Amino acid sequence: MTVDTSLVDWSRAQFALTAIYHFLFVPLTLGLSFIVAIMETIYVTTGDEKWKEVTLFWMKLFGINFAIGLATGIIMEFEFGTNWANYSWFVGDIFGAPLAIEGIMAFFLESTFFAVMFFGWNRVSKKFHLLATWLVAIGSNLSALWILVANGWMQHPVGMQFNPETARSEMVNFWDVIFNPNAFNKFLHTISAGYITAAIFVVAISAWFLLKNEKMRDFARRSILVAASFGLITSSYNILTGDNSAFTVVHNQPVKLAAMEGLYNGKQGADIVAFGILNPRKRVGDKEEDFIFAISIPKALSILGYHKLDAYIPGLNDLVFGNENRGIESAASKIAKGKKALAALKAYKEAKKSGNEQKAKAALAEFRQYEKYMGYGFLDKPEEIVPNVPIVFYSFHLMVGLGIWFFILMAVMLYKTMTGSLAQSRAWLKLAFYSLPLGFLANELGWIVAEVGRQPWAVQDLLPVKMATTHISTISVMITFWMFAFIFTLLLIAEVRIMATQVKLKAGGGKNV
Amino acid sequence: MRMKAIIDFYIDGFRNMSKLGKKLWLIIAIKFFIFFMIIKMLFFPDILHEKFHSDKERANYVMKTLLGGEK
Repeated sequence: MTVDTSLVDWSRAQFALTAIYHFLFVPLTLGLSFIVAIMETIYVTTGDEKWKEVTLFWMKLFGINFAIGLATGIIMEFEFGTNWANYSWFVGDIFGAPLAIEGIMAFFLESTFFAVMFFGWNRVSKKFHLLATWLVAIGSNLSALWILVANGWMQHPVGMQFNPETARSEMVNFWDVIFNPNAFNKFLHTISAGYITAAIFVVAISAWFLLKNEKMRDFARRSILVAASFGLITSSYNILTGDNSAFTVVHNQPVKLAAMEGLYNGKQGADIVAFGILNPRKRVGDKEEDFIFAISIPKALSILGYHKLDAYIPGLNDLVFGNENRGIESAASKIAKGKKALAALKAYKEAKKSGNEQKAKAALAEFRQYEKYMGYGFLDKPEEIVPNVPIVFYSFHLMVGLGIWFFILMAVMLYKTMTGSLAQSRAWLKLAFYSLPLGFLANELGWIVAEVGRQPWAVQDLLPVKMATTHISTISVMITFWMFAFIFTLLLIAEVRIMATQVKLKAGGGKNV
Repeated sequence: MRMKAIIDFYIDGFRNMSKLGKKLWLIIAIKFFIFFMIIKMLFFPDILHEKFHSDKERANYVMKTLLGGEK
């Protein structure tokens, strides 16, 4: 099968660029909305005006992030229609419902109550204002649910059947799609990562206040108390949801898990690499060592994947070349079945065209037999099922390392705030401040693990990325890539500058505008 | 009466908006103009809807592409 790989690569790069920029704004919105709601709840409950000042300042930064990030995700929808027309058509029936629900909910919940949140101070009752703030937070997070249901389906397509008449995956069970374990874990892991990002954001800026201005001590202490408590709880929860995500990956995307751990040969009682440097010459099927250097935690991968000490975790070699003893089918066998599925599909279409219903029925029955391997029929060689191992491995390990650091940071900041020793701990304040970008980095790394790790698939096992693209000019994709790089960078600079101005004004005791 | 109160709420909100609020609305307006009037109109047509008039034609095209008969 001839595919213009440069077109596929540029289309992928463009989508990755827009998704990465969009995902700088989203996690902060998800988390900061809840932090602000908690702060306002304390204000309404206690009647303490200092909590109102705290709420107003963080609500302002939330508003800036929301406004600048607004609609950056719409670009991905444009790209679906232009660069990924085959994919859009293929998944249209599944994605239609969740994305329509997302659109309606986001519009009514966020837009309506957003106005009350910002225009409503002194115009509606305190309790109604608080309700609006909570509904903005809940609405933002529910929007994320529907997007992640759609993404989770791509990683683990359930509740559907391919219809040869419409060339679409059509929904046969709405509840299977909604309660897809992959989607649910992905949602919980993603939103909790957003909560931590926002907690770090508040803690980092508050730490800077403490470093710069003694008079900001009370304001910073209150902010850190809420953010670090929220961050500590959500960090713990994030570790739990990460464990659940890994559990679903083991069962539904074993190749991704093997790439995440740089595991080439399957093992009973498999280890987790705590720290490792991959051998850059290593390829599937060769005799090279997997790692140049590695420190491992014995049996931890088996525990993570199956919650059993001696469970067998297949490696990339098992998954590519098969392992009869373990009942693992080779990619070559799946490709052969996939080609049978495509041949049956072709026969079905031809029989339908010639009006031979009997032949069409037989071809359709054969297609159904091999349908779940359909995507493999588009592959040329077994090694194609392996994603870029170094990108997935290092992204995953850096993300996990950052997750552990966030837990420690939140615990220390909370402890020091509660014991009243934070203002004297300048080293920790500096560490907290310099951790500001790390939450965003961890989110992006998580997306890279999820998306690069599932390559070559646009829809797992059914549609490879190379078949999902539209046959358009590579040059036009390159031009729009650089156009987006420029526009999104401008937006990011605007966000950072506007926020920095507000933070500096606050630190200087100046009047906020 | 209630509808008027809601409309007044929005009008007052926009009228008494801070300098920062106005700046953010300006950024939103410019961004929407660039996204929808320039990017969407000039660079991102919905290929299947532009090329074909019915879902049947679109389905046939995608199927042919998947089965290797269409570029």
